[in-house]
Formats: sequence, C-alpha cells, structure tokens
Amino acid sequence: MDNERIDQIIDKHHGEASSLIQVLLDIQSENNWLPKEALKRVGEKLHVPLTRIQHIATFYKAFSLVPKGRHGIHICMGTACHVRGAKRILDTIENMTGIKPGETDLEMKFSLETVNCLGCCALGPVMEIGGKTYGKMVPGEAADVLKNYE
Amino acid sequence: MSEILLQIDGIEVKATEGMTLLEAAHSAGISIPTLCHHEKLEPFGGCRLCIVEVEDRGWTKLVVSCVYPVEKNLIVRTRSEKVDRIRKMIIELLMAHAPDSFQLLEYAKEYGADRDRFEKEASFCIHCGLCVRYCAEIKQKNAIGFVDRGIRKEISFIPEISAKECWDCKECFPLCPTSALQAAYVLTKALTAT
Repeated sequence: MDNERIDQIIDKHHGEASSLIQVLLDIQSENNWLPKEALKRVGEKLHVPLTRIQHIATFYKAFSLVPKGRHGIHICMGTACHVRGAKRILDTIENMTGIKPGETDLEMKFSLETVNCLGCCALGPVMEIGGKTYGKMVPGEAADVLKNYE
Repeated sequence: MSEILLQIDGIEVKATEGMTLLEAAHSAGISIPTLCHHEKLEPFGGCRLCIVEVEDRGWTKLVVSCVYPVEKNLIVRTRSEKVDRIRKMIIELLMAHAPDSFQLLEYAKEYGADRDRFEKEASFCIHCGLCVRYCAEIKQKNAIGFVDRGIRKEISFIPEISAKECWDCKECFPLCPTSALQAAYVLTKALTAT
C-alpha cells in the first residue's frame, strides 16, 4: 500500500488522532494487514507515537501485523461445533491449504484461524470464509466450498 | 483550592482538592507501599499494591489510593487485616513473575508473603509501566511501549527510536523494579547492532 492511499484514508477521517483506530481498520480492510511503513506514516500524519499505534495494533485481534491471505478462513471450535465434528472440518481445511491455524499460505490465498464461537450454534459445525458463513459442514462439503475460492 | 479534611490511620490530614489519597498520606508522613507510582508521572493504578480501606458515611470499600481523589470526611485505613491480606496476595502473585526483585523481596518480608507460593512464570516484567510512562511523559521520546494484551502483554522498545535515543539517556533503568527493562533493552540493542 502506497503513502498516497494512506494519506487519502487519513484525510477521509479529517486527520484526527482520535480516529486512529478507524484509520487502521480502513488500512487493514484494504490491505489485509498493517505493514510497519503504513503504521509509521499514520503516526507521522496523526501525530501519534509509534509505541501507541503498536500497542493498539497488537491489542485488537482485528489488526494483523503480519501479511494475511486474500480470504480469511474462520473455523468455529465452540462447544456446539466441536461436538458436531469441527475438528474434522479443520483437518480437511488444514490438509487442503497446507497451513495450520494462525498461518498464511505462500500464495497469500488463505489465512486460517480458529474461533471460539461465531454465534450461530444451530448451524454447527460452522466455517466462515471472507465473511461468508457456511453452516452444517461436513468434510466433503467444506472441501467443495474451498475450491470455489481463488 | 479548597481544603479538605480527612482522617488517615487516625490522624487528621489536610489536603487540597484534586490530590489523591496516596499524596495526602505521604504529606502526613504515612507510608503506603507502591510499585507503579512515581511522583513525576500521572497516576497509573497498575500494581494495586497501594490499596487502602476507605470508610465513607458508614460504608467501607477498598480503593486504590494512587488514583482515588481525596474527599471530605473520609476515614482511611492504610493497614488493616483485609488490606494486608490483599497486599500479601498481590506480592505473591507478582513474585511468580519476578521472584528476585529487591523491592518485592522487601515488601514480601514486611507483609509475610511467601515468595514460592505460586508456580514461577518468570517474565520479570510486572507491567508497572514506569519505563513506558517515563519515556512518554517526561522524555517524550516514546522509545518503549506495551504490546499485546492479557497474559501476553509485554514491554517492547521500538528498535529505530531506541537506537537513536536510548544510549545516552537510560533514565528509565533505575525506575524498573525488576530489571526486566534492562534485559529488554539489551535484546533490542542486539537487533539494531550493525
């Protein structure tokens, strides 16, 4: 992400230091992660010390300081999904993508993450890819869903 | 500034509005143990060791004296069975992280805390925030900050800033109650050494 785009985002929030989290969220959603150069630029423009930005960016799970894939896969490991075989869904996805939870593949296609509840236990086991929810998953179906993502 | 009269450990203390209980106690020569307090810095309320019992209109409650403002007619007890018990527990928990901190060992002796009560998880930093706040508030260099949260929270220098600013300052070093800061600095220095 270039400085010009970052400046645009900052201007959108009127360059106020109190909008720091909103600015970071915008960069995160466009770029999928927060590069150090971007954080430095934001710090300079908003007059916020880098230590505070770093504190905030590491505090919230919505931010990532390491590169993320284009599609974020979230697999629910909550109680309801767990008893309905979330582990098998996870194994399938791990095998297909070749990554473990918390990792990103080399082509930057997928990032895998386990979550503890997506709030729709009746649909368990639940998988979420790029914000879209897939319920009542079985390993085969999960594999088919995954194939649709480029 | 209006004067406020309150009672600390049975002594009448005069304080001015906006003072904290800790400051009022210090002005009356009453000592309260602290780890995260520094008179030049903003109150932080991080270590909770300065907890005291406050009686207000017949109700007692436990408050952290370094962030609690003085009020009229408060009755404050800085040492009671309950307060001592809580302080002992705080010291014991902190000692799981920093078992050999001189300051903690001293307090442990005073409060009868058992250094080995909890399994050691030596991270050495007790998150008093003295280094972080000193760097931000007094030096305004912001070379060190907190990262992450909860059990993974730790102090972290920003290598680029620290390489420029820290070598001839190091004013935060004597503030650290556990020497975790010095270790963090040495590690950061290794990152930036050329």
